[in-house]
Amino acid sequence: MKVRKLLIVIAVAVSLVFLAGQVMAAPTTINWWHAMKGARGKVVDNMIKAFNDSQPDYVVVGTYKGNYDETINAGVAAYRAKKQPHILQCFEVGTQTMMLSGAIYPVYKLMKDEGYNIDWKGYLQPVLSYYMNANGDLMSMPFNSSTPVMYYNVDLFKKAGIPMLDKTKPVTWDELGEITAKLVKSGVPGGMVTGWQSWTQVENYSAIHNIAFASKANGYEGLDCELLINNPTVVKHIAMLKDWFDDKRFLYGGQKFQGPKAEFIAQNAGVYIDSISGIAKLKKAVKDFKWDVAPMPVESWMKKPQNSIIGGASLWVFEGHDKKDYKGVAAFMKHLGRQDMQIYWHKETGYFPITLAAYEQLMKDGYYKEQPYQEVGIKELTRRIPTKISRGLRLGYFIQIRNIINEELELVWNDTKTPQEAMDNAVKRSNKQLREFEKIYK
Amino acid sequence: MGNASPVYGGKRCFANSETMIKRSVFSSRTLPYLLILPQIVVTLTFFYWPAVQGLIQSVMRSDPFGQHSTFIWFSNFVTLFTDPLYLKSIGITLFFSMSVATVSISTGLFIATMANRALKAKAVVRTLLIWPYAVAPAISGILWLFLLHPSYGVVALAIKRWFGVDWNPVLRGSDAMFMIIMASAWKQISYNFVFFIAGLQAIPKSLIEAAAIDGASPFRRFWTITVPLLSPTLFFVTVMNIIYSFFETFGVVHMMTQGGPGGATNILVYKVYQDGFIGLNMGGSAAQSIVLMTLIIGVTLFQFKYVEKKVQYAG
Repeated sequence: MKVRKLLIVIAVAVSLVFLAGQVMAAPTTINWWHAMKGARGKVVDNMIKAFNDSQPDYVVVGTYKGNYDETINAGVAAYRAKKQPHILQCFEVGTQTMMLSGAIYPVYKLMKDEGYNIDWKGYLQPVLSYYMNANGDLMSMPFNSSTPVMYYNVDLFKKAGIPMLDKTKPVTWDELGEITAKLVKSGVPGGMVTGWQSWTQVENYSAIHNIAFASKANGYEGLDCELLINNPTVVKHIAMLKDWFDDKRFLYGGQKFQGPKAEFIAQNAGVYIDSISGIAKLKKAVKDFKWDVAPMPVESWMKKPQNSIIGGASLWVFEGHDKKDYKGVAAFMKHLGRQDMQIYWHKETGYFPITLAAYEQLMKDGYYKEQPYQEVGIKELTRRIPTKISRGLRLGYFIQIRNIINEELELVWNDTKTPQEAMDNAVKRSNKQLREFEKIYK
Repeated sequence: MGNASPVYGGKRCFANSETMIKRSVFSSRTLPYLLILPQIVVTLTFFYWPAVQGLIQSVMRSDPFGQHSTFIWFSNFVTLFTDPLYLKSIGITLFFSMSVATVSISTGLFIATMANRALKAKAVVRTLLIWPYAVAPAISGILWLFLLHPSYGVVALAIKRWFGVDWNPVLRGSDAMFMIIMASAWKQISYNFVFFIAGLQAIPKSLIEAAAIDGASPFRRFWTITVPLLSPTLFFVTVMNIIYSFFETFGVVHMMTQGGPGGATNILVYKVYQDGFIGLNMGGSAAQSIVLMTLIIGVTLFQFKYVEKKVQYAG
């Protein structure tokens, strides 16, 4: 009897000690919801593992939540149920919504509060500027960033007698017109294709030529901004593309990247404009011809072309967690910005390294001699200090606006509207969306 | 279907059996409620609660995170019905669902009539014809895309090369519409087939034989005997097809056209998804959901009121 009692006491004591130990030693969990799957997902997992192994206090748990739309919706639903993760990856068009949500802890503030003195000057400015507020404070941590470039089919160029393109100095749109004409003449079914037409042909076109996309510094300085894409320069560009469309120098392959990419791979088009993240995809898919990368074309009157703008996603920190959690979040953000992590990320995924130090180190290591493709985008992005116009776009209901632009462009290609009518209508429809959005935050 | 079921016949049955066997009667008044409680809880949480949430959302203007919400009466609905694109979307949806219903019903009926005649291997034929119904709409969309996509669709490439057809659903609205109608109707043909074949078998052979003896042609026999007797099934199937094409074709549209080109295939359910899920415009998409909900309530009431009666008339 006595023995039994004693045993029970011992058992209870042991389990108590064990439990207490567990509680005390348990590292704080930090949840990160992201949209990176496949090879990119593995890279993300490795970066998390490196952080978890480097210190005992925090465990970052990365969870794949689906594509960008699904991830942001998961974040919204979780926040409403008060079960939000610490970090949410959100694509660039959702920036305005996240920024105004009142649900976030701005990254610049987080880092300052936690005692990290980060020299933001050491980061790629065109990347940071996309996620800054009007005062130049960084609201979210840039994570995966890309920019559009121009791919071309080396074999088809040779066959048509076209010289190879420079990797730094962009061709002019007029020159591209001649190139695509030669391609078509040599028997290629279409001259050029473009993925994400709104992003490459309107948003980036405007930024590179330093033309305002919207008033109020592209929306950075006020919700009462209006779209300006029915300006003569953009309309002229669309009209030119329409002319090219009519004589097959431009082939339309759909709004996203799948169709255009398929046309380029099938050699139905000799030139393909799309994000630098296409490099990895083309390397894998193209077997029967050689291709190369060149910067986005520029109009001949633009002597000093501006930086192109980015696409991709950034990491937002949700408010409403414990103070000690945020210490870990800040440490993790710092970890992601580390030079070795940035180099690893860039090499494995093709997305930009976000710090200048990482870029310089890669140059020193001769990485870009081996992988010349990778540098085209970086050079295009960093060729000039971003202006108020080329630093990015800050629009409410941007997803709808992109949709509207895509729809109106399609109506130009299929002869329903003239470029001027389409752009006027895109502005009209988008402004309506902007006004609706503005009302929410009044 | 609407025949006197055992439940209705229960009273008499009960009176008879009372004298013969011992029955246990539960006198508790709360027990029945307790027994249906799980069902009620499920219905309330998964059907009514979201519906009420949608209703509330539809009269609010709010950001996705719910931090800034203002009550704005019916402003969302006013915006909706003054938006020419929404009205256009209604037109597109009507055209689309009518087309899907017409194609799938006429083909289903045709195949059912043929299959009803085939004597040998009837079971095999029927089973094979039912298979497509098991395919999810999204998969159906992908399958048809592999056939009809202008860049990699087998059939598309063939008709472009051999027949010189200028086929381009990526850019031409009518082509895209044709494509989603085909993909949506294909799947539904099987469903209609099952009902039609059941309906056809319920028609007495003697009637048709009598007409045949009187010298009626096969077409006339079909038109004056089969169709009227099949009308309850036809009606039921029409309603079901319309509901299907309104709501379940989301997967097809999502996979094939994403509402494009230029909004030419942006049917109502897809617009709700685009505005709400992708565009994070909560109030606007909630209002659209309410419109759709009203619509489906209307269709269902209509179906209960007329279809049920007709079925009894047939039985």
